[in-house]
Amino acid sequence: MSMTAIVRTDDSKPLLGFWIYIMTDCVLFASLFATYAVLYQNTNGGPDGYQLFNLKSVLAETLVLLTSSFTCGLAMLAAHRGDRRQTILWFVITFLLGVTFLTLEATEFRHFVQMGDSWRRSGFLSAFFTLVGTHGLHITVGLSWMLIMLFEVIHKGLGRITIRRLTMLSMFWHFLDIIWIFIFTIVYLRGAIAP
Amino acid sequence: MIEFANLLGKLSFNQLPQDPVTAGGAATVVGGVLAVAVALTYFRRWKWLWKEWLTSLDPKRIGVMYIVVAVVMLVRAGVDALMMRAQQATSVGSSHGFLSSNHFQQIFSAHGTIMIFFVAMGLMFGLINLVMPMQIGSRDVAFPFLNSIAFWLFFSGVVLVNLSLVIGSFSAAGWLAYPPLSELRYSPGVGVDYWIWSLEVAGIGSLLSGINFLTTIITMRCKGMSLMKMPMFVWSVMGAMTLVVFAFPILTVTLTLLYLDRTFGMHFFTAGGGGNMMMYVNLIWAWGHPEVYILILPAFGVFSEVVATLSRKRLFGYTSMVWAIWAIVLLSFTVWLHHFFTMGAGADVNGFFGITTMIIAVPTGVKIFNWLFTMYRGRILLATPMWWFIGFIVLFTIGGVAGVLLAIPPVDFQLHNSLFLVAHFHTMIVSGVLFGYFAAVTYWYPKFTGFRLNERLGGYAFWCWLIGFILAFVPLYILGLMGATRRLDHYSASTGWWPLFIVAGIGAGIIAIGLATQILQVIVSIVQRKANQDNTGDPWNGRTLEWSTPSPAPFYNFAITPEVDSRDPFWAMKQARKKNEKHEPLVYQAINLPKNSAIGIYIGIFSFLIGFGAVWHILWLCIVGLIGAVSSLLVRSYTKDTERHISATELKELDHKARTNPKEGYA
Repeated sequence: MSMTAIVRTDDSKPLLGFWIYIMTDCVLFASLFATYAVLYQNTNGGPDGYQLFNLKSVLAETLVLLTSSFTCGLAMLAAHRGDRRQTILWFVITFLLGVTFLTLEATEFRHFVQMGDSWRRSGFLSAFFTLVGTHGLHITVGLSWMLIMLFEVIHKGLGRITIRRLTMLSMFWHFLDIIWIFIFTIVYLRGAIAP
Repeated sequence: MIEFANLLGKLSFNQLPQDPVTAGGAATVVGGVLAVAVALTYFRRWKWLWKEWLTSLDPKRIGVMYIVVAVVMLVRAGVDALMMRAQQATSVGSSHGFLSSNHFQQIFSAHGTIMIFFVAMGLMFGLINLVMPMQIGSRDVAFPFLNSIAFWLFFSGVVLVNLSLVIGSFSAAGWLAYPPLSELRYSPGVGVDYWIWSLEVAGIGSLLSGINFLTTIITMRCKGMSLMKMPMFVWSVMGAMTLVVFAFPILTVTLTLLYLDRTFGMHFFTAGGGGNMMMYVNLIWAWGHPEVYILILPAFGVFSEVVATLSRKRLFGYTSMVWAIWAIVLLSFTVWLHHFFTMGAGADVNGFFGITTMIIAVPTGVKIFNWLFTMYRGRILLATPMWWFIGFIVLFTIGGVAGVLLAIPPVDFQLHNSLFLVAHFHTMIVSGVLFGYFAAVTYWYPKFTGFRLNERLGGYAFWCWLIGFILAFVPLYILGLMGATRRLDHYSASTGWWPLFIVAGIGAGIIAIGLATQILQVIVSIVQRKANQDNTGDPWNGRTLEWSTPSPAPFYNFAITPEVDSRDPFWAMKQARKKNEKHEPLVYQAINLPKNSAIGIYIGIFSFLIGFGAVWHILWLCIVGLIGAVSSLLVRSYTKDTERHISATELKELDHKARTNPKEGYA
């Protein structure tokens, strides 16, 4: 018991720092959501969300990402147990789910662009691509980070610093999940309502 | 877009300066850099610079570097100001002055940008680095390596801004680059991109600093220092850093969106295509107004320390000061619309923001009265920092009253974009922020160098600044009321404005003499350092922990981590010593401090490459910069040996040396 207490105080600085970083990222997304809210009706004669969004594929994206959050949680439980194999296994699954999510998103983006509805088309589409794309960029960063951490776990095991880094990574991953819930609601579900 | 594939992007020889004025600017920048390089080579100081300064993770060293860069930028942006004043004093009627319209616009854009981002922010982060860890009885900040990255990002921003003098041109769209003027259609050159990327890079540095200092204050206070025992400067830093954390991401987003518009043909702020340019103005001020308080809060903290110490009294109304800071933090996010009452949001919205703006004057007023009551019946020492405070209190109150006047929407409709406004915000920022940081530099100078600044020259500098300021800006209040708008490069003789512009020009000249006197003051003080040496470590009879260390402060700050049980802990310690209470024996313990690291510099260089590549649309350079920055971070993450161990005996010896012979202790 006393051992864990010591570990906690030692890690409190980086973890608090990371919480504050996540708060700043939250403000960043809040600004993008605000931008989207201002521009979503400015379709400039182009399509609006109702015509554009395919809710089925977005639901698939959502389920994939939510599942990845769950498997990320399982990976962290395994890491805290000191079970290296399970940690690696669950992070690999999380990684694959993340890649699936990105692929689905990229397919959607490519489809829009091919139909001539790129970010150049209207204020609405600029805001859409930037908001959803920034989330996708974060997912990409998270996946790269996960790859690096997988190498670290494989080569160095589950030391204190590695666990701390994994904790930050999982915080980041869950945070992106929460942001996606807002994107799903505000962008896609709101967009599905007929104008 | 197409240029991105080109090896050199939009870059070509045509981008080098063509006309004499820009060529002069470019020559100054190149000449200055060369002169420094030659001097370093001649005096064989490269290695010293690299080992002792550039790669240092000691917050005191990083703090000094911030301040040096900020002072150089103050001179640069000061020259910009003189050129504007000279233009306005000579460009009347048939005479058109010495600057072209476009060049004049670049100069006022650069002046504002540099003064806010690279002078005021630089001085602020420098002072926080120097003073805050010592005031909370800590040896370091929470993330020393992150601190170094933040500084080098700041420096990359500085380089980008100044590079625009040599290659290409700077933004001519004002310091906040409102669209649609700043959109590609109306500003097709690279100027706005330079503006975007220098602020993007420096802004991310500020964000990192905000996270770092906030974590430091929350987790690294010495034993016994509960929140309500923190020095007021620390409180003010905490408030300012909270604002940084909440406001700077908005700046990052806003700049990015503008860049997306300009580069990828998006429609966030364009006049057509479904863009909304007023959204830019809202976003930029949702960052910009808190930014004003980010700059001023630490200056308020400085004054709280200076006034209490130099009045030999404890600070009056400590608790109300703390509440005033947090009231300002909260309210600063509710007033942004007063920057554009003329947008046409309607009477209700304007009324709301007018009232919140007037309300924010209340906590500020509380602070003013607390300082005055601190002085009341104190034994006031009229040293230079106190003079800066007195100048501040007079000018700041006048500027503040002008601000409350501008908070009335109908009045603002008359004065919007006039020189009255220019006079108002210069009164707030020069007398508030600059005077505050000048007071701070004078006050804490001996702590970090071991000798005091020359008092006589400091006094001369103060009077030059005060008189120069009044001469330079009172005419602007009057001109604004007469209808003169800001950013004028020419006006008709029939307006009758000419004499007032002449007076303002003379005032600017006197301020320049004041700045020159300050530089002279530092040189003279270094030459006469023996005479002004501070052997006690406590030249002002201070109250807070930093004065309990020898001067100059040793690299480990405190040989023994202090424990406190009251506000003004050093004052309490001195009182206890007078009563001859028995001393406890000193127990030294081994400590770890971070080793030097050059990776912060590499990350700064790579970020510069990203910025430069983005300005000139050179894709490969951006990719190289990105890969370089990420790999540098990875290298650092897997470096094991990052700490320097100092054993208890070593520390004891160092401490003994520092206390008997301060110069040698500063290893």
